[in-house]
Amino acid sequence: MWLTIAKKLQLSVNMRRINRRTLLGGAATAAAVLVQTSFGKVLQKGVSAKEVAVANAARKLGPPPFESGTRSPHEKLLLKTSDTSSRTPLQDLYGTITPSDFHFQRHHSGVPEIDPEKYSLTIHGMVEKPMVFSLRDLKRFPAVSRIMFIECSGNYRGNKEELSPQDICGLTSQSEWTGVKLSTLLREVGVDSRSTWCLAEGGDAALMTRSIPVKKLFDDALIAYAQNGEAIRPEQGYPARLVLPGWEGNTSVKWLRRLEFSDEPFMTREETSKYTEEIADGKIRQFSFVIDARSIITYPAYPYSVEKGWIEIRGLAWSGRGKVVEVEVSTDAGKSWVRAELNGPILDKAHTSFRHVWKWDGNATEIYSRVTDNTGYVQPTLKQLVDVRGGNRGYYFNPITGWQIKSDGKVLFSAGNEK
Amino acid sequence: MRRSLTVTAKVFRLALVCLVIGVLGCETKPSAPQRGDASWPESFGFGRVATPDEIALLDTDVSPSGRGLPPGSGSFSEGKSLYAEKCSRCHGPNGFEGPYNKLVHHSSGKDEKTIGNYWPHATTVFDYINRTMPYDAPGSLTPDEVYSITLFLLAKNNLVDSTIILDASNLAKVHMPAKNKYVADDREETSAVR
Repeated sequence: MWLTIAKKLQLSVNMRRINRRTLLGGAATAAAVLVQTSFGKVLQKGVSAKEVAVANAARKLGPPPFESGTRSPHEKLLLKTSDTSSRTPLQDLYGTITPSDFHFQRHHSGVPEIDPEKYSLTIHGMVEKPMVFSLRDLKRFPAVSRIMFIECSGNYRGNKEELSPQDICGLTSQSEWTGVKLSTLLREVGVDSRSTWCLAEGGDAALMTRSIPVKKLFDDALIAYAQNGEAIRPEQGYPARLVLPGWEGNTSVKWLRRLEFSDEPFMTREETSKYTEEIADGKIRQFSFVIDARSIITYPAYPYSVEKGWIEIRGLAWSGRGKVVEVEVSTDAGKSWVRAELNGPILDKAHTSFRHVWKWDGNATEIYSRVTDNTGYVQPTLKQLVDVRGGNRGYYFNPITGWQIKSDGKVLFSAGNEK
Repeated sequence: MRRSLTVTAKVFRLALVCLVIGVLGCETKPSAPQRGDASWPESFGFGRVATPDEIALLDTDVSPSGRGLPPGSGSFSEGKSLYAEKCSRCHGPNGFEGPYNKLVHHSSGKDEKTIGNYWPHATTVFDYINRTMPYDAPGSLTPDEVYSITLFLLAKNNLVDSTIILDASNLAKVHMPAKNKYVADDREETSAVR
């Protein structure tokens, strides 16, 4: 330690001497810096006025602190919109939390404007005491926060090679949701033990409705009023929405205004005409709620290219049934698989990030990812899914997907090697 | 030097006292803090009782049994003209031309999921039109108008005779051929792919 201090003192003395010499050296040198040679010897180097000007060019006085943060103008994040939805740019995000403004959107009659002072949630039907809760009431109850994904069950596109993760499955996003557990509210109203179904109704123009099994509402349903630390955004259900962990997004009814307890499902349009899927033998599967395990490599991915050498393959995996226990990656078009590293914490019913370092030799190949969840469910191939469902595609379509890596570094979508 | 020694001694004594208290604390084993909602009151008392009138204003849903259907009735001819005026620009002049959702089953559209070949309950047609349609003016139709448009669509799908008057007494009884295709989700019974 003493030696270090002595060295510093010596340097300081040297610098003073040097500076005086530099000043005598003429106008071409505007300042002096100390540089260390590869042999550890410290030398002084003169810096020209031009060099100083260049180095200081970025030092323009910036704006003072202000009331709301901004995103760098160099970052061009955008949701990709269609008539009915907009998709999260998965390939441009990091970690597992989706910035609230890039959470996917799916509305059935647009985004309603709701005055939080006039908002209310009515709970009635097969209950002892039908009640109305204001937003203020909801916030007074014990609160919980939980990080989880919400995914639309109609979240697969694979019709061409030029598809990004956003195109393939951009209808999944993750947030920390804060609110009151529905079971806490249900203590107040006293649900009739014979009630088996409950209608959840949104306050949008469509008054969108879904029937939910009462058991789920007691298990882990949340009436959320906050997302990622701030009030839920209008597009996500402001001022309060239902959140059903691990279930298809449509059941997490936004702008929730009413819950009606009953002893039968209501057979609304969204659980008959829509959000049902044709399976084998001409059957139609109904009240399918749980999101099956899924993974996607988000880097490398279209539209970005790669260079020969070390590549960290990165992606997201999740399951509505529970936790991700393993993600495997193949870099030889499915011939062999290796275990990817999971980035903790691994949360229940939450996007989990994985990574695998790979040295690409420059030869064309395909890379895939495959997740296994804690129920033992393994993400299927596209062929397995189509075969078991009698040739049908539709909701809950979660096949293994990946990327063709062309020898020129171009990355294109691949639906796996079993066509 | 003397002062700092005194301070050291004080700190040492304090540490000793803390240690003794800590050991005693362990021995006396204070009762474990209550977890979760064990300490919660039976009711927090937040919120208020909903009155029957305010519930009635919101409670417009219709069940497959017909529960919730309002008084009123509809005819095919009323439905036909209302459909042409308020629905046809999105669903086509006859209900199968689009551009948006096809409602009427037609031989030219085998893969379309229509009311005739896909919807399991006639009550859903009433409930959905009543709560959501027309798309740009939801909630603007009277019960009679909703009954009429529902009848028009059911008749165009050959599910009812166009000469009937549709009301709360007969809507839930309409036979929907797709109903027996519906099965419950069984995916979670196994880790196999379904």
